[in-house]
Amino acid sequence: MEKKAEHNIKAYGNNFTTMTPGPLAIKLRTCKIWQFIRFIIINIKMLIVVRKSH
Amino acid sequence: MARLVVLGGGVSGHTAATFAAKWLGSSHEVVVVTPNSKWNWIPSNIWVGVGQMGKEDVTFDLAPVYAKAGINYKQAKAVSINPEGNERSDKPFVTIEYTLAGREGEVENIEYDYLINATGPKLNFGATPGLGDANGLGEFTVSVCTADHAVHANEEFQKCIQKMKKGERQKFLIGTGHGLCTCQGAAFEYIFNIEHELNKAGVRDMADLKWISNESFLGDFGVGGLHMKSMGFAVSSKIFAESLFTERNVDWIIGAHVNKVEKGKVHYELLDGSMNEEEFDFSMLIPPFAGVGLKAYAKDGSDITATLFAPNGFLKVDANYAAGAYENWKASDWPKTYQNPTYGNIFACGIAFAPPHPISKPMSSPNGTPINPTPPRTGMPSGIIGKAVAHSICDRILKGESSPLHEASMANMGAACVASAGKGLFDGTAAAMTIYPVVPDFEKYPGTGRDTDYTFGEIGLAGHWIKHILHHLFIWKAKLKTGWTMIPE
Repeated sequence: MEKKAEHNIKAYGNNFTTMTPGPLAIKLRTCKIWQFIRFIIINIKMLIVVRKSH
Repeated sequence: MARLVVLGGGVSGHTAATFAAKWLGSSHEVVVVTPNSKWNWIPSNIWVGVGQMGKEDVTFDLAPVYAKAGINYKQAKAVSINPEGNERSDKPFVTIEYTLAGREGEVENIEYDYLINATGPKLNFGATPGLGDANGLGEFTVSVCTADHAVHANEEFQKCIQKMKKGERQKFLIGTGHGLCTCQGAAFEYIFNIEHELNKAGVRDMADLKWISNESFLGDFGVGGLHMKSMGFAVSSKIFAESLFTERNVDWIIGAHVNKVEKGKVHYELLDGSMNEEEFDFSMLIPPFAGVGLKAYAKDGSDITATLFAPNGFLKVDANYAAGAYENWKASDWPKTYQNPTYGNIFACGIAFAPPHPISKPMSSPNGTPINPTPPRTGMPSGIIGKAVAHSICDRILKGESSPLHEASMANMGAACVASAGKGLFDGTAAAMTIYPVVPDFEKYPGTGRDTDYTFGEIGLAGHWIKHILHHLFIWKAKLKTGWTMIPE
């Protein structure tokens, strides 16, 4: 897998000190099975915050 | 019969008016005064701005909804408030001017028992020369603040795509158009949606994307940033934001006050006092917000606008406006009931209430130019505040004047936020975040100011699904369709 995000870092530029996602992290962002699991988890987390806020 | 008048029909005003109408029933009257004929789900305007939705997808006609709810709807803009009445009557009233086709310019006084100011902001394009005209359709830049603006933005965006397809390189400059803007989140969403669409169109390599904003660090978002739990660390939103900008190859300018816009060029001042220029082919810059310019008059006709409103035009409420320097700020400065301290039957909600101070630390350049985000009062907090204010007023109407007021402090309230980074059922992404509380409380949560058990964020397809579901869910709710009261703000 290509490490494309790393290639955008410019030495001593604005983004030199930040972190960049690796190929696996980027792949997981649109992996349907993983994202379905995250969908449920995020919804639960959001509902808890919504409930605390009302 | 008591009469509640709600000025404004946006997220906060609409929430307040519809709940009040439901709770009060037909024995009392709810009047909504709004200059717009349509309701707009503003968070989806960014998708209109890149051609992924049409205006009709994010708006609907208000008249049939208010007719169904038994709300007296007046398509007009509020001009002034007489909270003590006038020389002929002690009854308070608002003066409105119709915008309804066929009645344009017609003036009417509407008496009220309770008043909610939910007018939202005036999009203050005039604060930056060249940013835009009175309609927000700037000669040099575009906006996504309204559905019409977003349609115009997409038209300009598509022209750029065509130019790139013909081999002409384009530079996109997206962000805030003044040193005191809020709504960085909308610009954040727009720049990544543009990036996503450029990829889909196969022209990403022909585009340079740059962010410009008044934040002192990337990821401030007008709330002083936030720390989220990730991989066992409490990680600053700065790290996450910089990471995303780097991944998508978007450069940034921060701590910038845009002070002039010309054709293809912005002039800006940085926090270090330097004056700079940046060229662009396409630019979407969010304007600063101000109050809508309502006036207020005492019984004798004297101008009491300064009594009712803060200098920025927003309505004074039960906030501590004398907090002073940043070091003195406390979570308790923030309003709880949104009741005007001078006139107890006037309330404000949403953007229309005057915040006590910013949330982000105030900063200025050596030249004395203030450059810091002003506090957001949109989205989930504005809906919750609108509902709380409606609840307070309904209690006072139905149970008596001594009924306690409901509280909804932003320092004791969280928010769920979903920031789109590209639309697509299987290739879209969005940053899903929660923040608790919205206003940091450094006494209760030393260090980060927030409860990191309830403050989190991650980017992915799941976030996009949630954003898309929320689009339909909130439009369903706003149309008062079956089960609308079950959907939380």
